[in-house]
Amino acid sequence: MNINLTLIGQSIAFAIFVWFCVKYVWPPITAAMEARQKKIADGLSAADRASLDLELAQEKATKELQKAKEEAAALIDQANKRAAQIVEASKEDARKEGEKLIEQARAEIQQERVQARDALRAEVATLAVAGAEKILETSVDAKAHSEMLEKLAAEL
Amino acid sequence: MAADTPVEYIKHHLTNLTYGKLPEGYERADGSVVQEATWTFARTGQEATDMGFMAIHVDTLGWSIAMGILFLGLFRFVANRVTEGTPSGLQNLIEMTFEFVQGIVRDVFHGKNPLIAPLALTIFVWILLMNILKLIPIDYIPSIAHALGLEYFKIVPTTDPNATFGMSIGVFLLILFYSFKVKGVSGFSKELAFNPFNHWIMIPFNLLLEILALIIKPISLALRLFGNMYAGEVVFILIALLPLWIQWTLNVPWAIFHILVIPLQAFIFTVLTVVYLSAAHEDH
Repeated sequence: MNINLTLIGQSIAFAIFVWFCVKYVWPPITAAMEARQKKIADGLSAADRASLDLELAQEKATKELQKAKEEAAALIDQANKRAAQIVEASKEDARKEGEKLIEQARAEIQQERVQARDALRAEVATLAVAGAEKILETSVDAKAHSEMLEKLAAEL
Repeated sequence: MAADTPVEYIKHHLTNLTYGKLPEGYERADGSVVQEATWTFARTGQEATDMGFMAIHVDTLGWSIAMGILFLGLFRFVANRVTEGTPSGLQNLIEMTFEFVQGIVRDVFHGKNPLIAPLALTIFVWILLMNILKLIPIDYIPSIAHALGLEYFKIVPTTDPNATFGMSIGVFLLILFYSFKVKGVSGFSKELAFNPFNHWIMIPFNLLLEILALIIKPISLALRLFGNMYAGEVVFILIALLPLWIQWTLNVPWAIFHILVIPLQAFIFTVLTVVYLSAAHEDH
């Protein structure tokens, strides 16, 4: 336990070790550690940002979806209305067409009736003459009686 | 071993391998007389004492420098391969030490000085490594040294006050340097003269108190570390004197206890160094 030159030797060794540590050991390792800390911090903040972005995107997507839904509903509504209109118009058309057809048919029937009546009228004179001949057993002068017959036919 | 009685055994284990200068006409242990002043290894504890200041504890210096080189070599090795990515096992260990020391400095030191943290790291790891040597059974290395012809051999540098005072004096010089640098000569003198009693009448008393407090710092640093390590060493030596079959019941618990003491003493020395230097940086 003697105090001697070892004391000075130890002090010198201590100084050299401290100097070496300050110069060659401390800086590279702390630099690497700080760089890693920064990397981790950056990564974390990036993750935060990403999650925020995701939230925004989700919100936007929900909005878009909502908008699309609304648009689709409007379209369907419109289409339904249009379809109803078309159906209505078709119905109207069909009805008009039907009426027209019926009208036509009626006219034709009327025409035929007139024609038949005229034909009948024409024949009635002959038939009446024939009938009268039979009854009278004589020939009737057609020319003499035609006036009367025509009057008769007109009464039919 | 060159020890027949317990007292000799203990004395032997507490004597350093000393290389020093014997004065002219000195009568050595074997009766021979030194013709002129010579540098030689001390053969007995008495010779080592008589060498006075002009002597070197080869074992203390050798082992402490070896531990310092081990520390710096290991850390420099890692520093060369350091990666910002996922650290490997060894880098992890080194970084844990760094973070530990950075934590101490951050908590205790309030100034800004790039020297403090590496200084604390050096002190902590170096003392830790020197203290750890204590866990090597006390007779292993001295026996080998003895076989190589070296009479005395102490492997734990921190059980030698020269080693602990060497460090604490280094710290003391730094305290003085930064006190003068930060506070200036007048500021530092004022601090010594007007604390704790701020009155001119108290200046002599203040000076006495403050200078004493200043000088006590390195002494307490060195003696605390030395005392703890030395006492532990003595207990190990005493245990080694017991019969072989009973030794393990005592030296195993004592060694386990030293697993606590070894880093604790390194930690205390480091923290106090940072505290003292922090005070040196505080300008009132």
